Amino acid sequence: MITIDREKCIGCGECVDVCVFGSISMKDNHPIISDDCRLCGSCAKVCQYNAIEIKREKKKKVTDWRGILIFGEQRDGVILEVVYELLGKGRKLADSINEPLLCVILGKFVAEINKLALYGADEIHYFEDVKLESFNCEIYSNIISNFIKKIKPSIFLIGATSIGRELGPRVAAKLKTGLTADCTGLEVNKEGLLVQTRPAFGGNIMASIICPNSRPQMATVRPKVMKKLEAKEREGKLFNHVVNSELIDSSIKILGEIKFNGQCDINNAEIIVSGGLGVGKKEGFDLLEKLALELNGVIAASRPAVDAGWADPNIQVGMSGKVVQPHLYVACGISGAVQHRVGMETSDVIVAINKDERAPIFDIADFGIVADLYDFIPKFIQNLKNSKAQI
Amino acid sequence: MNIIVCLKQVPDADEVKTDPETGRIVREGIKGTVNPFDMFILEEALRLKEQFGGKITLLSMGPKDAIHTLYYGLAVGADEGYLLSDSKFAGSDTLATSYALSCAIKTLGLYDLIMCGIKTTDGDTGQVGANLAELLDIPSVYYVNRILSYQNDFIKVERFLEDRSQILEVHLPCLISIIKGANVPRMPTLEGKIEAEGKQLKILNAFEVNAIEKYCGIEGSPTRVIEIFLPEKRKKGVILKGCREQNITKLIQFLKNKKISIFGMCS
Repeated sequence: MITIDREKCIGCGECVDVCVFGSISMKDNHPIISDDCRLCGSCAKVCQYNAIEIKREKKKKVTDWRGILIFGEQRDGVILEVVYELLGKGRKLADSINEPLLCVILGKFVAEINKLALYGADEIHYFEDVKLESFNCEIYSNIISNFIKKIKPSIFLIGATSIGRELGPRVAAKLKTGLTADCTGLEVNKEGLLVQTRPAFGGNIMASIICPNSRPQMATVRPKVMKKLEAKEREGKLFNHVVNSELIDSSIKILGEIKFNGQCDINNAEIIVSGGLGVGKKEGFDLLEKLALELNGVIAASRPAVDAGWADPNIQVGMSGKVVQPHLYVACGISGAVQHRVGMETSDVIVAINKDERAPIFDIADFGIVADLYDFIPKFIQNLKNSKAQI
Repeated sequence: MNIIVCLKQVPDADEVKTDPETGRIVREGIKGTVNPFDMFILEEALRLKEQFGGKITLLSMGPKDAIHTLYYGLAVGADEGYLLSDSKFAGSDTLATSYALSCAIKTLGLYDLIMCGIKTTDGDTGQVGANLAELLDIPSVYYVNRILSYQNDFIKVERFLEDRSQILEVHLPCLISIIKGANVPRMPTLEGKIEAEGKQLKILNAFEVNAIEKYCGIEGSPTRVIEIFLPEKRKKGVILKGCREQNITKLIQFLKNKKISIFGMCS
């Protein structure tokens, strides 16, 4: 509950300015809070007159939940990299609160299951069944939530892949607990709560979120955000679980699966070469493709380039496309409007190539080249070839 | 086929600007618009209706002016719209939002299919769909690219995961989300806009959908935002002009220093 003490309030409007959700407006010299207020407390903090009060209900006891659980996503029996990354983060968190690190994995013939221990897991819980080979959200969420109810982990982390994004909310709703999407930071605070930090409004602001009264505290994390540990001999216990036949019943039947060849999803790409309106024509993307090939990356596009029909909607980066976080993002002929920036601003390294030296993309680029991309890129490709030949 | 299409009003991305001083997105005075990802479910629902008949019901939750979002859906061809709006829903996280939507859907009667956008441009979580399906105890399939067939209470769909496609057969009722680019959404016509005026459009409060207060809004939200802060701004880097050889050499040296994997310095 948020209340405004009209006697204390002087109508200065400081709270209106500080509200990033735009939930406060002034009426008759007093602030009015709208229904979409998230009770973040920014207004109460800024108010010098203590006129804003936020009441929260008392905490429930949730102390019998212990341990950190990682979802061990596999495809065709191969464990995904993001699992090792989450184990790396999970290991650090587990050590800081002196609790065990567990990994739950569902599949059939999963090779390298012992690798999970090398990267930090204390316990590996393996559900093996032919029906678990491919992802079926109903079956996976049934088994995992059942398992969670039994072992009661305090924290449950999931990779934000297509599978994790559907599985996470399904499990959270079963367990009536909170789930924070796409966390970039995870820390345990003094009260023992997991503080989950994520970009909001496309990275324009950061929000720290907790889940005080429900367990487990759940979060999804994008691939490549966390760092995996060096593999080393660690003791990890493997538990083979029998799959309860009731839980494997589903109204979804997988009729077939086709693997894409060589295609890398832009969400998982280490290196992205992206084109915007400045590319000027569909054929221009062939040139970007060549650069991407040379850099061992994939191509992407801004919305105007997709709208113009030069690139597939599947590779659109930005507010109405995908949010990517590669190691290197090369923006070619992209002006850098906020709608695009929110989709790529958290890339490790940004290189921009643009004719217009006033383009806002240069404000966030680590390295900018003011030039015509059709002049620059062919020379750049040639130089890359030469310099690689020297190695 | 009776379809419920969940729509959300979001700040219009075309109007979003940043404050040059603080770098923050300016939200004041920005018009709301239909979440761009919802356009694809709306279009897919219209195509299903054209093919198999039935009814399209729109459902949204938000402040009263989110009604415009529903108007848009009615104008392109949906049959009726409901907006959940109540101060009791204030502060809802994804679980509490899904709870409110599930209550509304239970009062709306029988349905075959529920559609949700893949995510929204403002919240960007993509959680409500699967949350909602679970609360309604129906199967869900995210990232659908094509609906291949509809027969005897089953639909067959193709969906995309990062590295593969899956063909799934799902028993109805179920919930699906549709990926961007699966279709080309139509625009409302003048005729459609006029017709929309005569269609059923209703605002529902918590009481009318039998929502229990303790599961609504802030009380029903397991997550809490405890702090909002500005991220560190990216520093402006080196900017060089022209295609001169030395600029290219500098760029390549820069990439090497940053340990870009193509140079064999990064695993």
